[in-house]
Amino acid sequence: MCVGVPSKIVKIDDYMATIDVEGAQREVSLLLLNEDVKVGDYVIVHAGFAIQKIQEEDAKENLRLMKKIFGIEEVPPFSGKSRKKRKALGS
Amino acid sequence: MKEIIKKIENLMDTISRPIKLMEVCGTHTVAIFKHGIRDIIPGEITLLSGPGCPVCVTAIKDVDIAIAISKMNGNILFTFGDMMRVPGSKHSFYQAQAEGANIRIVYSPMDALEFALKNKDRKVIFFATGFETTSPSIAGTLFEAEKADAQNFYIYSTHKLVPPALKALLDSGEVRIDGLILPGHVCTISGSKPYEFLVSEYKVPSVITGFEAEDIIQGIMMLLEQIASNKPSVEIQYKRAVRKEGNPKALSFINEYFEPCDAKWRGIGIIPMSGLKLKDKYNRWDATKEFNIDVPEPREPKACQCGFVLRGIKIPTDCPLFGKTCTPERPVGACMVSSEGSCAAYFKYGRWGK
Ligand code: SF4
Repeated sequence: MCVGVPSKIVKIDDYMATIDVEGAQREVSLLLLNEDVKVGDYVIVHAGFAIQKIQEEDAKENLRLMKKIFGIEEVPPFSGKSRKKRKALGS
Repeated sequence: MKEIIKKIENLMDTISRPIKLMEVCGTHTVAIFKHGIRDIIPGEITLLSGPGCPVCVTAIKDVDIAIAISKMNGNILFTFGDMMRVPGSKHSFYQAQAEGANIRIVYSPMDALEFALKNKDRKVIFFATGFETTSPSIAGTLFEAEKADAQNFYIYSTHKLVPPALKALLDSGEVRIDGLILPGHVCTISGSKPYEFLVSEYKVPSVITGFEAEDIIQGIMMLLEQIASNKPSVEIQYKRAVRKEGNPKALSFINEYFEPCDAKWRGIGIIPMSGLKLKDKYNRWDATKEFNIDVPEPREPKACQCGFVLRGIKIPTDCPLFGKTCTPERPVGACMVSSEGSCAAYFKYGRWGK
């Protein structure tokens, strides 16, 4: 129920944004966001509203997780930078 | 990952007693199964599922009343898909729909509002369920409804709040909990402050945790560190989405439209100030005021052990109905209802946990 999907903003029109989650586009409201966002930013989306802005690296990480958990499809793991980052988390 | 597991093992050596951690959130319950977290952590750590699925705990009576409202002439009830199989005393929304009740699923409450604005001859009711993650979206929709002057749009609020449920759980003293894995997305909105009482009043280590395997393992490690050093606090593991202050804008939307009220949790009972109702000044949006329907007091299904499961006292397999008369297809009790309920997760992943 409380699943939040990390999504990339591809278009902003006043308080509405078009988001892209791996090719699927959808309109969401930016009304509840506390911070300013621009095209290219990532937000967590729940029930048609963006509820928090996140960093891009983190967003991709989140998206991979959501797919893995909620089983849309297998996503390749991260390479390079973000992997190091995740390792750093564990040390 | 290996390093964290090693660290967890070392911490367990230091602590040298069995540890019970509770994940509050149903999304965590599912994630823990999917990642096979129980297989990679030491056996002395028990993971209990808490009361954390807002769909599951929606009271039977609310389902009954909503169905009655949806059957009134010209009404259409919209809700989230998760709600459809939740049993009322006679019917779920799905069953009522099959018998002609006007119930539809939407992804966002905004979709219901849009329908209302296009169909002014109908009365459109949104059955709103969810924790702090979801209630801001409903408040945001009401803001838009007001702006558009929607005269035919109503909210049936069964929103619930997480902190009062945790308080009730800890007050009952029925189960010893060594640490709490707190819900990441709920706290995206609320921040960590509403959870500080867990430490100041109950001294229970608490970590706001994300949903990836690494997140959960790291959350467990942080809890064990608190336990080992005997320094309970509310920490944030899920830093990429949770700020200490939460999302102030979303919170201000909740506070504008809603106020806390006593609420009934299926399988648990009434928990003081654990629900959200529309403020009096927004009565005109309130479906319970507009339609003013009452139904007979329903009874909770007899043999169902949900009350104990939701409080971490029993696990689903302790229930005699589990997997027999009670399955995700035909749920008897709350915890089998949504895919994030503990009984449904146990059923689906076929692991009768530890
Ligand atoms: S298996 Fe079904 S009846 Fe038993 S506790 Fe779970 S939901 Fe209730």
